[in-house]
Amino acid sequence: MIKVSGLTKDYGARRAINNLKFDAQQGEIVGFLGPNGAGKTTTMRILTGYMPPTDGEAIVAGYDVVEESLEVRKRVGYLPETVPLYTDMTAFDYLKFMGELRHIPNVDDRVEEVLDMVGLIDRADGYIGNLSKGMRQRIGLAQALLHRPEVLILDEPTIGLDPGQVVEVRELIREIGKERTVLLSTHLLNEAQNICDRVLIINKGKIVAEDTTENLQARLIGAERAVLRVRGESDDDLVKTIRAIKGVQAVETKDDGMVEFEFASGKDVRPEVAKQVIKSGYDLLELRPIGMSLEEIFLELTGSDSKNK
Amino acid sequence: MRTIWTIAKREYDNYFNSPLAYVVAFSIVLPVGIYFSLIMYVSAQQSMMGGPPPDSTPINWLFVFLMIFLSPALTMRLLSDEARMGTLELLLTAPVRDFELVAGKFLGAFLFVLTIALFTLIFPIIINNFVTPGIDWKVIIASYIGLVLVCGALLALGTGISAIFTNQFAAFFVTFGLFFFLWFMVNLPANYLQQGGDVYNYLSLSQHFSSMNRGTIALGDIVYYISLIALGLFAGTTAIEIRRWR
Ligand SMILES: Nc1ncnc2c1ncn2[C@@H]1O[C@H](COP(=O)(O)OP(=O)(O)OP(=O)(O)O)[C@@H](O)[C@H]1O
Ligand SMILES: [Mg+2]
Repeated sequence: MIKVSGLTKDYGARRAINNLKFDAQQGEIVGFLGPNGAGKTTTMRILTGYMPPTDGEAIVAGYDVVEESLEVRKRVGYLPETVPLYTDMTAFDYLKFMGELRHIPNVDDRVEEVLDMVGLIDRADGYIGNLSKGMRQRIGLAQALLHRPEVLILDEPTIGLDPGQVVEVRELIREIGKERTVLLSTHLLNEAQNICDRVLIINKGKIVAEDTTENLQARLIGAERAVLRVRGESDDDLVKTIRAIKGVQAVETKDDGMVEFEFASGKDVRPEVAKQVIKSGYDLLELRPIGMSLEEIFLELTGSDSKNK
Repeated sequence: MRTIWTIAKREYDNYFNSPLAYVVAFSIVLPVGIYFSLIMYVSAQQSMMGGPPPDSTPINWLFVFLMIFLSPALTMRLLSDEARMGTLELLLTAPVRDFELVAGKFLGAFLFVLTIALFTLIFPIIINNFVTPGIDWKVIIASYIGLVLVCGALLALGTGISAIFTNQFAAFFVTFGLFFFLWFMVNLPANYLQQGGDVYNYLSLSQHFSSMNRGTIALGDIVYYISLIALGLFAGTTAIEIRRWR
């Protein structure tokens, strides 16, 4: 369980996070979504007892992160963003060391168990320095799982993994999330949709949206968009033709020759657009919907205009 | 305590994988061994002519003198490297008190130096077997207690300084500078002052060690070294705490 209110952190004069308020229940996987510098890592470092907040309160696994930091740290598993590891140790020795720091009983057995969970049991006696980036990521995850923590905090857990591993690690997180509380950060909207029950979107240190993934999508996609391509140049006539169709809200020619148009969600105009384009004598090569990228969701939510950058 | 031991054990094992630690160990054992051979030679001749019993305490003097120059290399990366590699984030988010971390690091280095010191114990034992009536063990024991204490003080201060820096070389030079000052320089004003020179003598690492090395264990000397150990560990703990708040 995580409960945060009024959480603020200043690095010198720079405010990294500002008055955050959110919670996460047991058995819930919460995604922390935001662009670079949004304050995700900062928040996680406070929740794991690495550093105290400038202001505000955070309760993790029933204990205050400042007042009872040690109790919190006993109950939290943490995968830091940089995945720090002792590269001159073997995977087994490293995990055993971390396990001993946590006073885990039968530590050798448990280390083998978690190495198995992350699929690296055959690399147990190899030096961490000789492992690939994705493997190190998984060693970091194994370290976070070692003591069966009540709360799991994972800073970009799937970054650097190959597609097969991404699927496996997500499966693992989903499994763990059934009984425990998981907070994970990511830049990937589809990852959040894939594993999280709920998403917090954070930008410039503030939470700009908080909802279940389904609700968030429905709310954001007030308008749907699609692009089409015809053989040859997309001329003004084509744009005019599309614009004239009832239900089409905005039409724009892209640099690559694609024509993008918007329509109210639930009122799909694509069949009509296709019909009209062909009727006007164009050869329709492609017509497909485009999803909203994370960046666009931020634009939507923050009202900032980064297109001018 | 268990946590301190876990950290100390890892650090101790680490030294045996570190070329630098071997260099340091040999740079102590080798000169000490050569010095020992010289003493053996001289005292063998002296005792043949009915001279005074051999004195092995200069061996420990050399040991400690070398530690002034070499121990900063043993402590420089203890905590600075954790900060540089980011592994400090692991330790500070594990249920480890800041003091336990610093004390564990110190203990690891201390045990490594004790291992070297234990090794040099063979020298007085050999001397003892070669000469009659043997050596004065009371002096040797006092000398070794002094050696252990002074090494403890040096390593604790070095560990503390290592916690302040992210760059191990910065930690090395500051540590070495401090030791140089405490060994050679801090008692200099005592030579010129009519009064109050005792304070400067009291601060000097070498003054305290030289009296212990002669076989007298005074409470003041022990208090001095224990205070330095406490100071080093306190400075290290505070530096880690400040790191968190930054
Ligand atoms: N140790 C630090 N000292 C000073 N400023 C920092 C420090 N760590 C982070 N910041 C600043 O705090 C803000 C939030 O950073 P944070 O690392 O929390 O972002 P993030 O959401 O994790 O970004 P990313 O997606 O790139 O990992 C940034 O403006 C960053 O420059
Ligand atoms: Mg981050």
